[in-house]
Amino acid sequence: MTVETTDFSLPSSIEAVATAAAVVAEFVSRNGVSEEAAFGMDMAVREAVTNAVLHGNKQDENKAVDLTLKSSPDAFEIIVHDQGPGFNPSEVPDPTEDENILKTSGRGIFFMRTFMDEVDWLIRPEGGTTVRMLKRR
Amino acid sequence: MAELNIAERQAGDVTVLDMSGKITIGEGSVALRTAIRRLLEEGKKRILLNLAGVGYIDSSGIGELVSSYTAINKDGGQLKLLNLTQKLQDLLTITKLLTVFDVYEGEAEALNSFK
Repeated sequence: MTVETTDFSLPSSIEAVATAAAVVAEFVSRNGVSEEAAFGMDMAVREAVTNAVLHGNKQDENKAVDLTLKSSPDAFEIIVHDQGPGFNPSEVPDPTEDENILKTSGRGIFFMRTFMDEVDWLIRPEGGTTVRMLKRR
Repeated sequence: MAELNIAERQAGDVTVLDMSGKITIGEGSVALRTAIRRLLEEGKKRILLNLAGVGYIDSSGIGELVSSYTAINKDGGQLKLLNLTQKLQDLLTITKLLTVFDVYEGEAEALNSFK
């Protein structure tokens, strides 16, 4: 049973990252969560929205990033949707491999997977990518 | 108030940047990049980042630390880190960057390591 669902539409700008983090912080404080889980969700939503703004929508001001937050008795769910062409998550290199450690980018998905319990992507045929991230209570 | 505040001081031939705030995508990462570029242009190549006041960093901020490290090394200099918060230390551990950076808990020890 879903206790609370909240939807937001964010602009495709870097400022949207901090806005999304503030929205999640307010949501989790209202729903009660451990400090550690709150940190993880903050980190994950920042990285997901960063990817949506930069790689998905490519900062196109005509495209929005949609953020949905769900709270249930068992878990928190964060869903971020962009209007980009999509990508294959399994093709993203592991940033902890020796040859990638000194790369200046490529750690966002790694952090999302590290700090959330489940992360999966849905690439829509009509366009757009949805990432769904779950944090158990 | 800026997202990331950076105060510069000189300890012998080592430039110490006392940083506080967040190193995140946008303003925080840009502030770090700008500060490091300026120091390199001024010929200041021995740089100690005091991160005691940095409670938050994202993947962009970590990328900027790596970028700073490689830029300074390429220029024949040294970048070292001082006073990591627990969260920052955890993030550098899981990204395996703790093995790359020279990290210190005491400033005197950090400064001596440049000699």
